[in-house]
Amino acid sequence: MNFRLWAQLTLAQWRDQPLRTVVTLLAIAIGVALASAVWFVNAGALSEFGQATRRLVGEADLVVRGPARSGFDEALFPRLAMLPGVEIASPVLELEVAIDGERGPLRLLGVDAFRAGLIQPMLFAELSGDFLGMFARDGVFLSTAAADALGLRPGGRFDVLVGTERRSLRVLGLLSRDAYPQRLGIMDIASAQWTLDRLGTLNRIDLRLAPGTPPAAFRARLAQLLPAGVQAVEPAVERDRAVSVTRAYRVNLNMLALVSLLTGAFLVFSTQSLSVLRRRSGLALLRALGLTRAQLQRALLAEGLALGALGALLGVLAGHLTAAWLLRRLGGDLGGGQLAVTEAALAPQPLAALAFFAIGTVVASAGAWIPARDAARQPPARALKAGDAEPALARLRGVAPGLALLALGAALAFLPAIGGIPVFGYLAVAALLFGGVLLVPRVTAALLARAPRTGRIALDAGLAQLRGGVGMVTVGLAAVIVSFSLMVAMAIMVFSFRESFVRWLGGVLPADVQLRVAQGSDTAYLEPAQQRALAALPGVARVEFRRLAPLLLDPARPAIIVIARDFVPGSGPEVLPLVRQLAPPAGDPLPRLWISEAIEDVFGWRPGEVRALAFGNGEQRFRVAGVFRDYGRSTGAVVIARDEYARLSGDGSASEASFWLTPGTRAATLIAALRTRLPQSRGLDLLESTQVREISLRIFDRAFLVTYALEAVAVVIGLLGVAFAASSSALARRGEFAMLRHLGMLRRQVLAMLAGEGLLTSLIGVAYGLVLGGLLSLVLVYVVNRQSFNWSVELAIPGLQLAAISVLLVLAAALTATISGRAAMSGETVRAVREDW
Amino acid sequence: MRRAASLLIALLAMSFAAPVAAAAEAVAARPPPAAVLPGRALEFPRDHGSHPEYRTEWWYVTGWISTVAGETLGFQVTFFRTRPDAVDVANPSAFTPGQIVIAHAALSDRGRGKLWKAQRVARAGFGIVAAQQGDTAVRLEGWRIERRGAQYHTRIAAEDFGLELTLDVTQPPMLNGSGGYSQKGPRPESASYYYSVPQLRVAGSIVRAGKREVVTGDAWLDHEWSSAYLDEQAVGWDWIGINLEDAGALMAFRIRSRDGKSRWAGGTLRRPDGTQRVFGPGEIAFEPGRRWRSPRTGFEYPVEFVVRAGELRITLEPLLDDQESDTRGSTGAVYWEGAVEAKTAEQGMIGRGYLELTGYGAPLELP
Repeated sequence: MNFRLWAQLTLAQWRDQPLRTVVTLLAIAIGVALASAVWFVNAGALSEFGQATRRLVGEADLVVRGPARSGFDEALFPRLAMLPGVEIASPVLELEVAIDGERGPLRLLGVDAFRAGLIQPMLFAELSGDFLGMFARDGVFLSTAAADALGLRPGGRFDVLVGTERRSLRVLGLLSRDAYPQRLGIMDIASAQWTLDRLGTLNRIDLRLAPGTPPAAFRARLAQLLPAGVQAVEPAVERDRAVSVTRAYRVNLNMLALVSLLTGAFLVFSTQSLSVLRRRSGLALLRALGLTRAQLQRALLAEGLALGALGALLGVLAGHLTAAWLLRRLGGDLGGGQLAVTEAALAPQPLAALAFFAIGTVVASAGAWIPARDAARQPPARALKAGDAEPALARLRGVAPGLALLALGAALAFLPAIGGIPVFGYLAVAALLFGGVLLVPRVTAALLARAPRTGRIALDAGLAQLRGGVGMVTVGLAAVIVSFSLMVAMAIMVFSFRESFVRWLGGVLPADVQLRVAQGSDTAYLEPAQQRALAALPGVARVEFRRLAPLLLDPARPAIIVIARDFVPGSGPEVLPLVRQLAPPAGDPLPRLWISEAIEDVFGWRPGEVRALAFGNGEQRFRVAGVFRDYGRSTGAVVIARDEYARLSGDGSASEASFWLTPGTRAATLIAALRTRLPQSRGLDLLESTQVREISLRIFDRAFLVTYALEAVAVVIGLLGVAFAASSSALARRGEFAMLRHLGMLRRQVLAMLAGEGLLTSLIGVAYGLVLGGLLSLVLVYVVNRQSFNWSVELAIPGLQLAAISVLLVLAAALTATISGRAAMSGETVRAVREDW
Repeated sequence: MRRAASLLIALLAMSFAAPVAAAAEAVAARPPPAAVLPGRALEFPRDHGSHPEYRTEWWYVTGWISTVAGETLGFQVTFFRTRPDAVDVANPSAFTPGQIVIAHAALSDRGRGKLWKAQRVARAGFGIVAAQQGDTAVRLEGWRIERRGAQYHTRIAAEDFGLELTLDVTQPPMLNGSGGYSQKGPRPESASYYYSVPQLRVAGSIVRAGKREVVTGDAWLDHEWSSAYLDEQAVGWDWIGINLEDAGALMAFRIRSRDGKSRWAGGTLRRPDGTQRVFGPGEIAFEPGRRWRSPRTGFEYPVEFVVRAGELRITLEPLLDDQESDTRGSTGAVYWEGAVEAKTAEQGMIGRGYLELTGYGAPLELP
């Protein structure tokens, strides 16, 4: 078959069904666009982030880190500086500093420029000439990004919050955007220690090793010298750790992309199956005219390939544009806030683009494989006659492959995650989905066989027609079922998560008013005296203070959060959203520790075990008393009593507080009183618990916006799938309609028959999709979610939502069946009959 | 007087001074550094040690060494101390840079045609960076110079080269100027306390690219401290310190003004019998000879000189043309500091030492 002929046939086919072609293209394009956009955004952000981290770490061979807040004694610095094998030791005080009037903190690095300059040459180059100006007590250099965000220029001043005081800093100069893309400030270490109330303390020392000193071996030796809670990390680990934070987020977006792409593949499958069916006589004619079997198969495959390639091309382009837009609007972490990179540029990635194009094309055109093979196999003499319209999927009547896939999927769901990614969970979803689709013909046939006769000619004729052409029915159904069941699964997962989240919020916000001193800041806090003063305010029945402090349990993993809280009556561990607890052995002298599910999953801690935590002042063994659910911190959190924390870290400050009101006191009154008491009130979050709940849910919904949008797309694609199945089958059955009319059936009756068929088919599809989707949602909720985010979610079914969509789908199917039937019967009866015979 | 790196220090001092004005309200002003006045008698070993109340100070060793294989090299080891003005001394932080130590070392390698060099800057503190009072003991972590008995010990371990030398003292300190008060300009406040220790016998080892070699040779040590030296007319200086073969020693310097002429000069000649002659500004002359242009910076230096000191007329020839140090990337200046041979027409070679040339590139902005 020559190319021109092929192109004419294909184009004619596409022109004939423009909407169907466009939607198929769109489904493929959306899948490819989504996958490639996530990839592009992430690659851009990660490379930018990696570069930024590299600049911050510079040429350090090892980074010694202590607890970010309490740090370690600076006496460690001269010891490390004089250690054989150490070329340069650069002391650093790295703090997230709360800025008055700003929401987020600013990362401030206190460095000794003479030493840092040898390890971070970018810094040195930046400051050459005037770096000695850094010695000014209040002097700070800002990165351009930080200066822009704060609206500052050299010479400008801004206030940072230290404890409960405001301290003014002066911008000495700017570090160029090239040097540091992230938001940060650099101070002299002596000034930083003094101004930020950290005299005698460091929390990081960068080491450059003498030539010929292997970092890994040196690190092992060093580990024995470091105090408890202080760790030496190779810089690559630092980078990976930061990057791993966004992994679960990325993987889940990629999952959505895969869903869309699979839907696209099924649409290609159904499009091609039905179009082969519709053109069977034409194709047979081509064969009779001398086209070989292989040539025909290639031609049909090429049709699918063309469709796939076009869709994939559109997808890659759209993905690139989307990525550029996302980076501009949301930043490299897609609004997740995990990467502190503000200006991630979209680098052209031809190889990745090519790969996505290829994947999209292959997956989409795979759908064309079976129809092409079947069409080619058909003996032309038989195909030239009508009546033998059993399409591809119908031949897959055997239940064994489908059941095998379902069993495989079920088994895969029990396997653990690989490197924090639920690979087997996704494979289970895929296996269950395909297994379910493979069983469609058999299940449909069985259901149809059991359908009762109504005694009404139109409906019974429709049923008879469906029973006779199960293959035809199932092809249309397959695409609908794939998109609908995935949609159902995702809807159930998100709904379950949201329900659990709402319940959890209620549990963790038992008090009336919540106070948070500058989120994420290491410098703003409530001193003990201030805590006492706040507790004594009129209208306060009870108050609980908390100190949140990041702690590096394992250098290769993101820091966990230590939540040190007052165990006052009514706010002790009993109010933790516990999922499991263990009564400690009688007479156990150890203090208690409660762990979040992430600690259990990631670090393998178990209730009943004894685990140690180390802060600046020493190490303490704790008994793990229970596991609690924590949707706030996916990297893990532990709860200990605040007096234990204060003893270990020497830090008696608090970063959060919850207030219970006396009866008759209004929350607004207390909030006003608190504001007047706190000088840094502009920088703190002071809210009623109900507001916190609202805000949290708003943030939750925003985070799942992409998911909601894709669900909507899936529904639309599902609806269109129904419409196409109906219209193509109607077109293919023009001869049959003409015959029925010829035999005396009324036009109205034929239409009723079609509507009934549509109703019945879509009912089957919806029921099937609900069951299959429910099955998939179990994997999503209990496997994929748990392994990605390390928190558990209780299953909840969005009944109303699912019912509404199901009804919509069924109605749409009946409607489109009628409409397409009407269109199919608009021609002359005689001509249609002739055409088919 | 001395030296190249003192330019760095001047620059340091300047940049320290600027923020003071800007941030005057925030900084507890540090008392001004002590002034250099004539008439202060130098006392040893006290004055071998550090003088933290003065703005800048240096211990500067230069010399010629030979390997067992017969290779001849020049070396230079310098430790500076500077007292920043703009530091808020009320800051109780142990990192407060009350004093800053700078170490600089170079090895003139004619065989490879290159100058090995390294430098470090660090704030004093934590016992690992310090310039001690009472006797010479300056350290910057592993790099150090100290005086023990009749010996100086110095150690430099840079990334690609190193020095570990013992310097035997063979002569008492040679006080320059008027009993150690060395004037640098027409105004008496431009001055330093300055003595030299010539004719040091060197023994030890050097490491180049990981290979250690035993060396012996001769060296010269300068110790100088000051709070103000160059006046606004000066752009740089030429300096020599020569160990004479007859066991004598010659130090001579001149300060150049913007028009290239000598603005001030001075020198000291120690004779073999230990008697000393101090030269006034009118008795010293530097006449530049052959010039060499640096391929890196494009600056041109007179690398050969005829120096007149009283009746003495000596010709200087460099061990290696390229002995330029460019420290602009870190703290400051570009200068030429190199091993030279001193010759006279009558006797041929009479000694070896070091020549230092500053202010030949961009004119220096000094107060």
